[in-house]
Amino acid sequence: MPIKVLVAKPGLDGHDRGAKIVARALRDAGMEVVYTGLHQTPEMIVNAAIQEDVDVVGISILSGAHMTIFPKVMRLFAEREVEDIVVVGGGVIQADDVAKLKALGVREIFNAEASTQELIAGIERIVGEYGRDRTRREAAQAR
Amino acid sequence: MIAHRVHRDLARAISAVENGITDYHGAVAGFASFGHAERNGRRADVIGVTGPPGAGKSTLVDRLIEGFRTAGETVAIVAVDPSSPFTHGAVLGDRVRMQRHAGDPGVFIRSMASRQAGGGLAPATRDAVRLADAAGFDVVIVETVGVGQIELEVVAVADVILVVTVPALGDSVQTIKAGLTEIADIFVVNMADRPGANATALDLRHMVREGARDIPVLQTIAQDGTGVPELLAALERKRGADDSNAVRAVRFEVVRRARDQAVSRALAALESADAVAVLERLRVHELARNDAIDALLVILGGPAHAH
Repeated sequence: MPIKVLVAKPGLDGHDRGAKIVARALRDAGMEVVYTGLHQTPEMIVNAAIQEDVDVVGISILSGAHMTIFPKVMRLFAEREVEDIVVVGGGVIQADDVAKLKALGVREIFNAEASTQELIAGIERIVGEYGRDRTRREAAQAR
Repeated sequence: MIAHRVHRDLARAISAVENGITDYHGAVAGFASFGHAERNGRRADVIGVTGPPGAGKSTLVDRLIEGFRTAGETVAIVAVDPSSPFTHGAVLGDRVRMQRHAGDPGVFIRSMASRQAGGGLAPATRDAVRLADAAGFDVVIVETVGVGQIELEVVAVADVILVVTVPALGDSVQTIKAGLTEIADIFVVNMADRPGANATALDLRHMVREGARDIPVLQTIAQDGTGVPELLAALERKRGADDSNAVRAVRFEVVRRARDQAVSRALAALESADAVAVLERLRVHELARNDAIDALLVILGGPAHAH
């Protein structure tokens, strides 16, 4: 059962070459990747994550807007009573803010220098730890 | 309108079927919010959209969504892309073109990887369409790319099939795989502002006229919406109309599947001890080729047909 990932680019950030490279790398690692395209609102990201029923949402922000975007995303997931979709982030995010984001429930922040291999390993580890174990257990039983 | 709770349950139901945890009936039973679908007992209209890669299908579907929403109808989209045969991963990129509807509770978009080695439509896709119907959506659009046999299997899922192509260099009709011309209910030449659009449409009309079938050939520019109202009108006319097209398409699909099954059986039979023995005799010149073919056909269960 492949890991399903949503790669999201919120707000005014107009750079998505990195996001597309990440999408392809994750595909090459056997994951199913949905890319949202640019200029997403938190609501569009959360709706997409729910409809696609992804394991992980990776939000990429190079524009510095992370302390606006991530809290909104986490609040929307809470409002929709969705607790089992893991949120991770990447981009240009200062160390102080990393701690604040983790306090909000963002599981991991990958800095802009992280290699695709680190990303892949990180996502696999996080899904293994925090992912929807019930589904995976049930899948194993069904086989 | 479709509640957020239903979006969540529909998504989880599709995942459960996709991952083999349950079947369609188990999924419907397992998610209570499905029971409240109110639609006067009418089934959803299922529209298949297929054609060669790069034809602008997703952009066109985005325009169709806009049209259906303006008419007050709710729309679910299932967009299928092929999985990598090597890594089994996939980039599911159709959503990008329709994502402006992601904030609309009347629209549900689900991307699915084919997860099939031969590129076929996974059974999960058919169930996803039925689940979207059960969830209460008025229209379900299944979008598949023209790789392998996916686009042909959409016949089993859809009530009406759009085949979308673009003006191409050379003989445009050739860009459409042979099977697609058998199953199309409406042809769309997208990117109609490019040179060759009229010629492509003409080629398609000639091909259709030979079969004497009511299959409109339309031109659109999905990027700016040109031709989309006419396409929506053509779709509306197909709703509940005489479906001789379905008869022809289903016959074609049944023959295709029967052929695939016969091929699988033949390949398996060629591995049997009897068949292997015949082939060994052929190899050491104890049997002529014609006689080997006759003997193998008997083993496979049919009459001998040596050339």
